[in-house]
Amino acid sequence: MSPVVWVPCDAAARSVGADAVADAFAAAGVTVRRNGSRGMLWLEPMVEVETERGRVGYANVEPSEVDALLAGALDGTDRCLGVVDEHPWLTRQHRVSFARVGVTEPTDIAAYRAHGGLAGLERALTLTGEQVVAEVTESGLRGRGGAGFPAGIKWDTVRKAAADLKFVCCNADEGDSGTFADRMLIEGDPFTLIEGMTIAAVAVGATEGFVYLRSEYPHAIRTLRRAIDIAYAHGVLGGSVLGSGHRFDLDVRVGAGAYICGEETSMLDSLEGKRGEVRAKPPIPALQGLFGQPTVVNNVLTLSAVPMVLADGGAAYAALGTGKSRGTQVFQLGGNVARGGVVEADFGISLRELVEEYGGGTASGRPVKAVQVGGPLGAYLPPAKFDLPMDYEAFAAADAMVGHGGIVVFDDSMDAGAMARFAMEFCAKESCGKCTPCRVGSTRGVEVIDRIRAGTQREANLVLLDDLCTTMTKGSLCAMGGLTPMPVRSALEHFPEDFGVAPATADAVTDDMPESATSTDGGARP
Amino acid sequence: MRQRGPSPAPAPAPADPERAASVRSIAEELSGVRGPLLPILHEVVETHGFVHDDDVPVIAEVLNLSRADVLGVVSFYHDFRRTPPAAHRVALCRAEACQARGAEATYASAADRWAGSTEVEVGEVFCLGNCALGPSGTLDGTLHARLTPDRLDALTEEWAR
Ligand SMILES: Cc1cc2nc3c(=O)[nH]c(=O)nc-3n(C[C@H](O)[C@H](O)[C@H](O)COP(=O)(O)O)c2cc1C
Ligand code: SF4
Ligand code: FES
Repeated sequence: MSPVVWVPCDAAARSVGADAVADAFAAAGVTVRRNGSRGMLWLEPMVEVETERGRVGYANVEPSEVDALLAGALDGTDRCLGVVDEHPWLTRQHRVSFARVGVTEPTDIAAYRAHGGLAGLERALTLTGEQVVAEVTESGLRGRGGAGFPAGIKWDTVRKAAADLKFVCCNADEGDSGTFADRMLIEGDPFTLIEGMTIAAVAVGATEGFVYLRSEYPHAIRTLRRAIDIAYAHGVLGGSVLGSGHRFDLDVRVGAGAYICGEETSMLDSLEGKRGEVRAKPPIPALQGLFGQPTVVNNVLTLSAVPMVLADGGAAYAALGTGKSRGTQVFQLGGNVARGGVVEADFGISLRELVEEYGGGTASGRPVKAVQVGGPLGAYLPPAKFDLPMDYEAFAAADAMVGHGGIVVFDDSMDAGAMARFAMEFCAKESCGKCTPCRVGSTRGVEVIDRIRAGTQREANLVLLDDLCTTMTKGSLCAMGGLTPMPVRSALEHFPEDFGVAPATADAVTDDMPESATSTDGGARP
Repeated sequence: MRQRGPSPAPAPAPADPERAASVRSIAEELSGVRGPLLPILHEVVETHGFVHDDDVPVIAEVLNLSRADVLGVVSFYHDFRRTPPAAHRVALCRAEACQARGAEATYASAADRWAGSTEVEVGEVFCLGNCALGPSGTLDGTLHARLTPDRLDALTEEWAR
């Protein structure tokens, strides 16, 4: 009998040659199935061969090695990973949202069901909208897009709003550097997102939904479109969701290369076919969102946690995590890291465990100098802070943010002053232009940092940078301008020498980091 | 894919009637969806490579919008390029996670190698969702990982300088 071989179709695996490996196996006459990625990205292309013991993995497989692999020549070498389900990097994790990613074929709806899919939706259809929302509220689920707003409260606002037409919009813009979990979930298990959105629609009384998916993710766009077609064909979407009489229509809309369109009101304007400019709030999108109608806007990972919440009950999800951060978070290890990929773990795990134990330190083998957590608007943290638990409140108290769970590792060749400059430069490039502190402040920020680094009137320019950061924090309409000071100030606080500044002087700029810089996200309210 | 920086292509020649008819039919076909302008512009770029200035009034007329409205949207988004693409396109990620793995050296080498080229255009992007295997980039739209300057050279050996 010819063996069955699994080769990931995830974009990251493809970027290191997985398609050519799959072709080589097919040419060798074996049955090739394409799964998502298990998230051990440093091992890609990671091939799995079905055996009596389970699926046995092989790391970094090249097309030229296919025959040797099939003949057993890699067995017993360090390239053979043993049974993948028993791999310590995976068994240590707590995969809830990512339970099926890498395991099943992404658009195989029968496999989805066989692995527990649709149980949440089926249960939701036996409950009232109010009861579904109550489960989500009880679960403690908070928005995974960055701001951590409680999903249940947002849904309840939409549910209670009286309107003929309501929408559910999924924010899959995932523009933050160092984040790729939305992409991997959509490419690896798209039905989970579809099910989560459908549950949201049933709960709040919405009949139409959109996934706003960035154009940089062509594979995810294709997979999701296919999955939506299949979901229609199986009656999960359409005029009567699983025969319940609820209508829910779902469509994919492709972004057009603007970071700011990840901010929810800008995303809504973009979905309406306009320039992606940020709207002033109120009105909140929950009451006047897409085309002025009540709208749920949630991140991919927020919505993808919902099927499990409904299937196992809100209390089961709330039993995981720490403090006010309940459930699991899908962390993403990127940048200069030895073992990069996806780690789903209960909230409360320390940064050290993620960076050192899972990540294995830097890819370059040099010492870790810093990590940036939470994307381009997140803080730079030195190893001295690595005992911080991953928890929204603990991070806010440390002038940092968990954000979308991306952790970017830098080795000791990093220049923190250059990264601070880049933060301002990125803000200047991606600002929607609506308010002055962000549009003009960021350009001034680049100049001021240049002068500090060049030693030109350093003291005076440090004061200026401080003023500028405060103005941006307080005077910006959204978190683009409002949080750009976070990477800048944290870089200066922890690495003043990279600005040519002695530690004592830097304190003046970083001491008075306003509360609003860390505890809120302009795009955060429901 | 956003392509930033100067485009090596010359200003586009006036659009032909055939193109106008094609753009009109794209716009008419999609005009019934909610918020049709972005889907239409994506389709125009997909079919014709870029949005020609002469496409703007055609789309505006079909959607009953002003030309300024359509132009405002076209110019807001990096994806809606307004000049024809070069024969080969390199788009390199310059965001933080790729910088941590040496993206700046790759970008500098590519910008230098193809400076002034009309065959190859080099653009920057900010994150392709491949942040554990950087520096990342796309070559004629295909995603690649670990793009050191040498690897980029090897992958593009056949391209004209
Ligand atoms: C500049 C900016 C970029 C953002 N980018 C994203 C993004 O790419 N994806 C996302 O889900 N949320 C993003 N957000 C947060 C959204 O505004 C919003 O809070 C989120 O979509 C709400 O969903 P959640 O409650 O499920 O997190 C961004 C916010 C800002 C200010
Ligand atoms: S802070 Fe920047 S991105 Fe946000 S609304 Fe103002 S100008 Fe636009
Ligand atoms: S930062 Fe380069 S791919 Fe994400």
